[in-house]
Amino acid sequence: MTPPQRRRRFPKASQEPTPQPPQEGQDPPEGPKKNPERLYVITGPDGTERSELDLVTLIVAHADPPPSATPEQAALLRLCTAPLSVAELSAYLSLPFSVVTVLLTELLTAELVTARAPVIRQALADRSLLEAVMHGLQRL
Amino acid sequence: MDFNGSDTIPGPRTEDHLPQTAEAAVKIVIVGGFGVGKTTMVGSVSEIKPLTTEETMTQAGIGVDDNYGSETKTATTVAMDFGRISITDQLVLYLFGTPGQERFWFLWNGLFEGALGAVVLVDTRRLEVSFDVMDRLEERGVPFVVAVNTFPDGPRHPLDDLRTALDLSEDIPIVECDARRRASSRDVLMTLLQFLHSLALEKAPV
Repeated sequence: MTPPQRRRRFPKASQEPTPQPPQEGQDPPEGPKKNPERLYVITGPDGTERSELDLVTLIVAHADPPPSATPEQAALLRLCTAPLSVAELSAYLSLPFSVVTVLLTELLTAELVTARAPVIRQALADRSLLEAVMHGLQRL
Repeated sequence: MDFNGSDTIPGPRTEDHLPQTAEAAVKIVIVGGFGVGKTTMVGSVSEIKPLTTEETMTQAGIGVDDNYGSETKTATTVAMDFGRISITDQLVLYLFGTPGQERFWFLWNGLFEGALGAVVLVDTRRLEVSFDVMDRLEERGVPFVVAVNTFPDGPRHPLDDLRTALDLSEDIPIVECDARRRASSRDVLMTLLQFLHSLALEKAPV
């Protein structure tokens, strides 16, 4: 039996990317970078910006819920006495990721929790990081 | 209290707590059609019982919805199952299973941001589902490997035929797996990591 056949929309995917002429006023990149560097910003005490929280940002509470905390906030704070990802918080609270993000932004602003930013894929994945993950998988 | 019984919210079991030293997390996405075995794969390697996070379907998502797989309910939320593997005391790996159909692509915003890479889990009974997924991953520049979950009743094709059918370039690994088995799922992840490692070496030789 012949399997169905895919028609690739991007047939040139395996070919070399067209080299971009270097832009003026920019430092030449060290190597070909396909993706712009992604930055995750956790807001400072002013909290005017919305925190960039990833599904795997680890959240840690550093205080007991204050009396002023809303029930949702108190529940969140109790959950993350040990580090817990935003995805896990969303699962345990049965709240969508987007809602948890809003709650966490309030708690971050109030400095009741800290966020440990995820390791993100740069244009180049860090080899030592990949090796660490491989070692971890080997022990499974 | 409005937010019912915050004291009774199930949290992680004591043995599921991450150490206080955990400081960073990475993620890998497992993507494929319904019933292809994403959750099975997540569950077979996860150190915690797989958890579910839900996201609300956007208007755009509803607009392109069709009836496949959702005849019994109005899909307003979509669930993503995920699991976790502690790599070291500092580093944690999360695995997310996400549906591959186009109408769920709204979930991909944020999910693939910064993900190390993806596993496209393929069911030979419904090979077509993975076509769009692979296009989309290529578009987004997300590195991936293909894992063929072997179902007893699924048609068996030699991997070379599947590679041709999927129009996979030679450098992208394709492997068979049994998502129910921890060792097999682990090997798929290892294949992805080795592939990522070779990409990193290629782009930045020592």
